[in-house]
Amino acid sequence: MKIKIVSKPGTTAEVKTGNWRELTYPVIDHEKCIGCDLCAKICPEGICFPTGEKNSQGRVYYETDLDYCKGCSLCAEICPVKCIKMVEENK
Amino acid sequence: MAGEIKNKPKAPLSYMLNPGHSACAGCGMIIAARLILDTAGPKTIITNATGCSEVTTTQYPMTSYKQPWIHSLFENPASVASGILAALKIKGLAETTNVIAIGGDGATFDIGLVHISGMWERGENILYVCYDNEAYQNTGYQSSSATPLAANTTTTPPGKESLGSTLPKKDMIKIALAHNLPYVATATIGYPLDLIAKVKKALSIEGPKYLQVYCPCVPGWGIEPKDTLSTSQLAVQSGFYPLVEYISGQLAKVQKITKKTPVEDLLKLQKRFKHLFKTPQGKAELAKIQELADKNIKDFNLS
Repeated sequence: MKIKIVSKPGTTAEVKTGNWRELTYPVIDHEKCIGCDLCAKICPEGICFPTGEKNSQGRVYYETDLDYCKGCSLCAEICPVKCIKMVEENK
Repeated sequence: MAGEIKNKPKAPLSYMLNPGHSACAGCGMIIAARLILDTAGPKTIITNATGCSEVTTTQYPMTSYKQPWIHSLFENPASVASGILAALKIKGLAETTNVIAIGGDGATFDIGLVHISGMWERGENILYVCYDNEAYQNTGYQSSSATPLAANTTTTPPGKESLGSTLPKKDMIKIALAHNLPYVATATIGYPLDLIAKVKKALSIEGPKYLQVYCPCVPGWGIEPKDTLSTSQLAVQSGFYPLVEYISGQLAKVQKITKKTPVEDLLKLQKRFKHLFKTPQGKAELAKIQELADKNIKDFNLS
């Protein structure tokens, strides 16, 4: 019997874990964001990312991918300028 | 502002660990894993012990990893890494490839200690990372030798006759130092930049390296997902878990305490220490834990 034990890299990306969220989801205030990358570092899913677009202060602001966000609010906790708010979600 | 989500940006998934894994919301281990693998870069081979880092990321037939990754048995990520390094040497790729072995505290402090000791003794150029969540959290929160004093686990439950774990944490750092390792350090996900710097430093040094990362476990410790950050920072600020860095056996760097906090502030966030706040005996145990933290502060000159 042959069993394939080698997987293609990064294939769990097809599992959308966004439905794990219970109450709240993060909303980023683009104007306040200073682009420090700390939310991207602390996010357990690794789905906070620089958008490449700049706000009026010339800082590249960040966004989160809600398809995967489990709503742990660590990004809101670590944000040094508190520009990430956890907002209640209507499901 | 409650309501429908309007725009849905898509993440580029540029990190070395993809989302979609089944780690809990607010998991400390998976943050550490991603930061370490990202810092190591694509030319890295990972060997993994059994534990949360294995079962959450590799549900057959999928994997979250983008680098070559192998899991064999609970105890032997260090031995498998040695074998991989030997093969890389024959192929002439050992200079350009990082080999990283990852294990939890159960695999590191208890089950795999023999194999790790062997790998260190042979002087292999491998970075061993222990993500330390202070119990066998994957199988249902049984105590390991990394479990701190008085913690409630399923094998050390507090009650009339007991106040949780009776033994303090094993000093793995001293065991590592006794093997004359060129690099030994502790880090925590509460200070991600410090963790990244330590991984970079470790990978720049030739020889066996040991990095122990303090990772809060949300269900095992009974904390809120958002408290993963404050718990790991308070552990450093109270002296409960000092961040140290030894290069060639010499204490090279410690993270100084900027805002001293009593260990009580750290322990009352966690349900596994809840019983200590209820009885006078518990209070006495709290004083003992404070003593251990004060000893750390004195020994490493943290304040």
